Amino acid sequence: MHLKSFPKKSGFMIKIADQRSREIKAYNTLLFIAKRFLLLIILFLPVFATSVSFAKEKQIIKIAFLAQTPKVRPPLSNLDPVIENKGVTGAELAIEDNNTTGKYTKQRFSLDKFIVPADGNPADVFDKKIAGKYVFVVTNLKAVATNVIADSTRAKDILVFDAATTDDAMRNKDCRANVLHLLPSRSMRTDALAQYMVKKRWTKWFLVTGTAAEDKLYAEAIKRSAKKFGIKIIQEKTWEHTYDARRSAQSDVAVFTQIDDDYDVLVVADEQGQFGEYLDYRTWIPRPVIGTQGLTASAWHRTHEQWGAVQIQNRFKEKAGRWMEEEDYGAYLAVRAIGEAATRAQSNAYQPVKDYLLGDQFALQGYKGVALSFRSWDRQLRQPVLLAAPRSLVAVAPIEGYLHPKTELDTLGYDQPETVCQWSQKK
Amino acid sequence: MSMESKKVKKLVLSTLLSSILPVSANAETVFVTLEKDNALAMVDPAEGELIKTVDVGQRPRGITISPDYKVLYIATSDDNIIKVIDTDSLKEIGTLPSADDPETFALNPKGDRLYVSNEDDSMVTVIDIGKKKAVKQIKVGVEPEGIAVSPDNRWVVSATETTNMLHWIDAKTHEIAENTLIDARPRAVTFTADSKFAWATSEMGSTLSILDANSKQVVKRVSFEIPGVAKDKIQPVGVVVDKEGKRGYVALGPANRVAVMNAKSYEVEKYLLVGQRVWNLAFSPDQKRLYTTNGVSNDISIIDLDSLTVTKSIAVGNYPWGVAVKP
Repeated sequence: MHLKSFPKKSGFMIKIADQRSREIKAYNTLLFIAKRFLLLIILFLPVFATSVSFAKEKQIIKIAFLAQTPKVRPPLSNLDPVIENKGVTGAELAIEDNNTTGKYTKQRFSLDKFIVPADGNPADVFDKKIAGKYVFVVTNLKAVATNVIADSTRAKDILVFDAATTDDAMRNKDCRANVLHLLPSRSMRTDALAQYMVKKRWTKWFLVTGTAAEDKLYAEAIKRSAKKFGIKIIQEKTWEHTYDARRSAQSDVAVFTQIDDDYDVLVVADEQGQFGEYLDYRTWIPRPVIGTQGLTASAWHRTHEQWGAVQIQNRFKEKAGRWMEEEDYGAYLAVRAIGEAATRAQSNAYQPVKDYLLGDQFALQGYKGVALSFRSWDRQLRQPVLLAAPRSLVAVAPIEGYLHPKTELDTLGYDQPETVCQWSQKK
Repeated sequence: MSMESKKVKKLVLSTLLSSILPVSANAETVFVTLEKDNALAMVDPAEGELIKTVDVGQRPRGITISPDYKVLYIATSDDNIIKVIDTDSLKEIGTLPSADDPETFALNPKGDRLYVSNEDDSMVTVIDIGKKKAVKQIKVGVEPEGIAVSPDNRWVVSATETTNMLHWIDAKTHEIAENTLIDARPRAVTFTADSKFAWATSEMGSTLSILDANSKQVVKRVSFEIPGVAKDKIQPVGVVVDKEGKRGYVALGPANRVAVMNAKSYEVEKYLLVGQRVWNLAFSPDQKRLYTTNGVSNDISIIDLDSLTVTKSIAVGNYPWGVAVKP
């Protein structure tokens, strides 16, 4: 503003000086003023220049990490230690990576963590401690809690990076324009499984679903994928037996899986892992298990080491003393996405960073062999999905042969023509 | 007398050579590291034959030949060491310290210093080859990968995959003088013969950046478009520019093609279909041919640079990674 008005004024002054050139006294005075103005411009120029280019001053990009400690469930076994800080370490690792870049681009990224206890209210913490102070919020919350925050009037100019949910509804009827989803949705996962099963020609499925609400959502995604890829679900059953492994495993599973029709794979929908682990090797006929147990579909897995993944697996293990979990990967990607956009846009403000994140230029390196980007219709991060057994990576979807006019990554999950996300259709 | 005999000798030699040369036009040897076989493959490109394969250590990747063509330097990443291999006997004649997980490295023009990218430690290690000692470690961005020394020995450029930068290290002081942000996941860097420009590939950004070595700024950003190939399959990795500065070549990874670039106008002249997941490139010493390593189809392709055609592919073993050529 100032920079523009100064030369105008001085030009005006010089003009006046020319007009009254015969009045030497006045001329001299004016010349003096004009000189002063010039001096002022010269003095102030460097100040203006730095405030525009950010080259000299460090720019700070503040990121809030908001998570709620999950309710503790009785552990199924002592095999896997309970991890309490899922997500946090992923975000911390990403902040370090962002700051390495920032060191060279004069930007500094900070991460402030807000961990809400299991019986606390994340919306309160958001209102009191985050709203108004942060533009970028990475969340590790349940679907409902995430949207409560997104809907808050104080979240209008805040970007929420959902690093935990897999709900298809969050990407469809319950979508929000200020929420970006880092982890693959349930339907992306089940599409990945379906693509591989079609390749193997294991297309007759027997679906077993648990009683939890999440299990039903997973089963819905399985049914959608089956329809999409021409797979036949020959039978569906709900597992209502006891969850005690010692009692249920041997007899119950065999009886439960004794059905009239033959099938190729047993598909299990048990997101909490209440019974799914006990299906393998105990079925009536010898059939592999896929779904939430057996061959699983995920964003990240400890068996993954291609495309530089071994580097981040090593860096994470060194830092955390454990394997990187999916939530860590989600939080890592969220913070890296903010870093990438803030660095390229050279900004810490809502609009430029958002524009870059959702623009065509955005390409996030996620150790999966292709550049990751956000889908314009539901803000879902498009990405390959890993299909893994507990100790071996079996395949990476999209499976070769599934073609798409734009990117094969969009063969997974809800594509643009299928979405029912409203805000994108209004635009 | 002695002058006379020398002349005669020369004459005899040159006639002999000219009589041999047409028979095997490319009488050179191509060396290929095989990441999954823990081995080095030796190929006769004229015959189109794999001569032999020798064990070199765990997970060999980066490979460079000395200016006098006598030794090969091979990074055996999982052994955390760089092996020195005699190009005649293919025997290991020594090792160089390299710090953790060496993957790629670059030799200075004199051939007495090696600059190694240590991917896990975010470092560039400088090795004095004569003393067989690491003389300096330079902190760079996260996951350094591609590295190149300018032919005038002024700059060492290190590309960091996660930081998305090129770090310009002064070859004399070993300090970082400047950093340039380029597109996502920089993989490889090379200099033009006159040291005026650096060419750098971005694997995830699907671009080639051409940088002015004076200003350290990107002067041209090249995108690749191949009909019938999805954009996210175009992942530029290896890059070389010929001595005359006429053409440059870019390996496009899972797009299975090499882009032929006009090195003056920076236009893509042609895409050549080679093997699957083409990564690294090397010229023949006379720069009449280009060799490519194709990681997924387990072979190398030979490109004739006069006709710009792929003339041959030779099966070499599992996961061919790097390539070096000896006349």
